[in-house]
Amino acid sequence: MTEFLQQLLNGLSLGAIYALIALGYTMVYGVLRFINFAHADVFMLGAFIGYYIGNHIPEGTIGGGLLVMAGAMIGCAVIGMLIERLVYRPLRSAPTLNVLITAIGVSLLLEYSGQLFFGAAPRTFPAIFPAANFRLGGLAISSNQILVIGITLVLLLALHFIVMKTKIGTAMRAVSLNPRAASLVGINNDFIISFTFAVGSAMAGAGGVLYALNYPSIDPLMGVLPGLKAFVAAILGGIGNIPGAALGGLLLGTVETFVGGSAFSTYKDAIAFGILIVILLFRPAGLLGKFTVEKV
Amino acid sequence: MPRPHLYLLAGLLAAFGISYFSGHIDPYQLDVLTGIGINIILAVSLNLVNGYTGQFSLGHAGFMSVGAYLAAAVSVFLGPKILGADGGALWQQGLLFFGALLAGGLSAAFAGLLVGVPSLRLKGDYLALVTLGFGEIIRVIFQNVEVLGGALGLNGIPPYTSIFWVLAFVAITTFTVTCLVNSTYGRGFLATRDDEIAAEAVGLNTTRYKITAFVIGAFFAGIAGGLYGHFKMTITPTGFDFTKSIEIVVMVILGGMGNTLGVILAAILLTLLPELLRPIAEYRMVIYSLLLIVLMLVRPQGLFNFKFGRGGT
Repeated sequence: MTEFLQQLLNGLSLGAIYALIALGYTMVYGVLRFINFAHADVFMLGAFIGYYIGNHIPEGTIGGGLLVMAGAMIGCAVIGMLIERLVYRPLRSAPTLNVLITAIGVSLLLEYSGQLFFGAAPRTFPAIFPAANFRLGGLAISSNQILVIGITLVLLLALHFIVMKTKIGTAMRAVSLNPRAASLVGINNDFIISFTFAVGSAMAGAGGVLYALNYPSIDPLMGVLPGLKAFVAAILGGIGNIPGAALGGLLLGTVETFVGGSAFSTYKDAIAFGILIVILLFRPAGLLGKFTVEKV
Repeated sequence: MPRPHLYLLAGLLAAFGISYFSGHIDPYQLDVLTGIGINIILAVSLNLVNGYTGQFSLGHAGFMSVGAYLAAAVSVFLGPKILGADGGALWQQGLLFFGALLAGGLSAAFAGLLVGVPSLRLKGDYLALVTLGFGEIIRVIFQNVEVLGGALGLNGIPPYTSIFWVLAFVAITTFTVTCLVNSTYGRGFLATRDDEIAAEAVGLNTTRYKITAFVIGAFFAGIAGGLYGHFKMTITPTGFDFTKSIEIVVMVILGGMGNTLGVILAAILLTLLPELLRPIAEYRMVIYSLLLIVLMLVRPQGLFNFKFGRGGT
């Protein structure tokens, strides 16, 4: 039982990070209907921004840690907006396939220019938050795990508030529902899409720092696998659906941790894709998604 | 293309001719030529799926790895039993190699069927993701199969691949894809690409067309994998990762989706490019990705697509 709870805790803290990345995929898909492959690399850049800020401030203080988080989130938001403005906006009316290929191009560009600038060798991420391990019953809990789950919860609630309660959130939902109608009632679609990219990328940036806290070895290709899995999480929850992304992330992280702790641990990386194929087979709209029929 | 059968014959004759004189060609150039041939097979077969049928597959390297492993397994494990200790005569080796390639191709085609049937009900980006996921699963499976070398890969594959085999299969692949697409049946591929809903409305079974394209594409990817394995003599699961798939996709896009001649030119160009860029190898992928983005922004119909008045996708 203790082991079960322990694995559950580990799984939830991994899943929280997947959830943060999955949010960006889902939000962009909601407004633009395409998969932003470069999102995983924005996550990587978040970790690197955190690394550079973290090396210039004293380690192990809560204020410093929060500063690093904020820096990574703002930096990623700017990068996300830039990518949208420079690459995706000119392709707004192009076929989906072209946008998809371009997104893969951006992703590769970020990865390999990352290798040129940062070097391909992994780096050690500084311990920016004060770290402590304590035991509760038989459970080994690290402060980082609590931090990951706590910060994710706060960010999720903040996002929920933005999307559901504010004017700009209402506009986002309107654009997602019907872009043309949204612009007819006076919504500036370009601004809303830009804003969506900023928020989604900021989440990925936060996810990057949190991931690097738990797995403190970062390299320019670190985003690839978590990014793919977060995407699976977004589909699992129902793409375009924000609570779905969070649920999918947590589920996927938990399942993966349990498989990792079992006899099939070498198949850990395959499980996410297995889930992807099963979910697309039986419920292509995802757990919380709605079915739609394409019309001419 | 008029009289494709003559082209096939010419291609096979050229394969014979070049392999006859291969003793007089510089080994390095021969190696590059082999690489070009394998990439042409991959790109032309992916073009059937991505270009002509409009299904975005990112798993071509996965099918290639299935073919490479199966073909290598046949010649490594079954080969000595069939040929005996002395290695057999040349024609026996050739026959075995042909059988191995066929086994690789068929198993890749079977894998294509396995992936295609569930996932081809999905569209565009979803399909891309599933094929990508499939490629990753294949990689993890091969890493865990100890008989096939596990993560270290399979070594000691006999070097059966010669320029003849490669050029012959280039001719066969190009012939098959061209004939298929230009046949009455093959118009269905183009219809599926151009407008799926309209194609369904006139009574075409688009899912079946997609699966057919997928299976044939996978078959030739498997053949290419077999050729690759017997050319490099060693294969590792990580050699067939996402980057390899992307490389093939770039060839198809650069050539212009649904344009076999353009795709062949692009495959030649993109195989030569890294050879020429060898001094600045670390910039290779950066150049690749920039090329991809700029191409999509400036010339989405592909570099070598000179047909006017029609888009590339």
